[in-house]
Amino acid sequence: MFNNFFHRLASPRHFYRIAGALIPWLAGACLLLSMAGLYYGLVVAPPDYQQGDSYRIMFIHVPAAWMSLFIYVVMAGTGAIGLIWRMKLAEVVAISSAPIGASFTFLALVTGSIWGKPMWGTWWVWDARLTSELILLFLYLGVIALHGAIEDRRIAARAVAILALVGVINIPIIHYSVEWWNTLHQGPTVTKFGKPSIDISMLIPLLLMALAFKLYYAFVVLMRARCEVLERERNAGWVRELVERR
Amino acid sequence: MNLTEFLHMGGYAVYVWTSYGIALLILLINIVLPLRQRRKLLTDIARTARRARRES
Repeated sequence: MFNNFFHRLASPRHFYRIAGALIPWLAGACLLLSMAGLYYGLVVAPPDYQQGDSYRIMFIHVPAAWMSLFIYVVMAGTGAIGLIWRMKLAEVVAISSAPIGASFTFLALVTGSIWGKPMWGTWWVWDARLTSELILLFLYLGVIALHGAIEDRRIAARAVAILALVGVINIPIIHYSVEWWNTLHQGPTVTKFGKPSIDISMLIPLLLMALAFKLYYAFVVLMRARCEVLERERNAGWVRELVERR
Repeated sequence: MNLTEFLHMGGYAVYVWTSYGIALLILLINIVLPLRQRRKLLTDIARTARRARRES
């Protein structure tokens, strides 16, 4: 039964239907969690003893930065699955992830910059963390541009997957940059071994926002993937039926 | 805590609210774009189908 479910999920027609049914639920859960996260982050959590209220940018900045890495890994992973097993749906998810990942990377960079100005006294420094995150943005933009430049969608998907896989080298570099090099960017406070050095009143909204962003990615990638499936399958019978029923 | 104090963000209002504003804007754009693309695609496919029927 389980096998059958995945088999059907892999067919574009069923994917289109199942994704369409999932999207409102994921979006609703995302909205609820982000409301809770914003309330705890902006209202309940106390000001930081060093940074005052400016640290509240963290509740956007850190989840956005996590998502920028997470989505890249998903993009490269699904890209690899598409390359190896020629699974169309994996290709669709890979290319649909790129603009969302680019958005989160951009958001992490911009909010980091806005946070850096009052705390470090500068909008930007060429330190290891910031530079490697900027390279990540260029990798995403490269993937989008490459996909747009190749007419044949299946060849484009393969080219994109190879580029994404080569760029994976950047992910551990971003993650460990604050430990390998002496950076202005602060070290990790959540993923540190042992006890995280962040207070529980700040950790709760941070995790709520992180979960909300995950759900956001889930429903937006499904929305984009549905469009991509429609585009690829535009000559298929089920798409014709779908259009005629409207 | 009153509303003025809340909006003031301990003097960091510009930084905090700009960040949250940009975040909201980017997240909304990413929802609107696929919605519009889907509508456009469906009308486009429907038009092609009608034309094909007329020609056959």
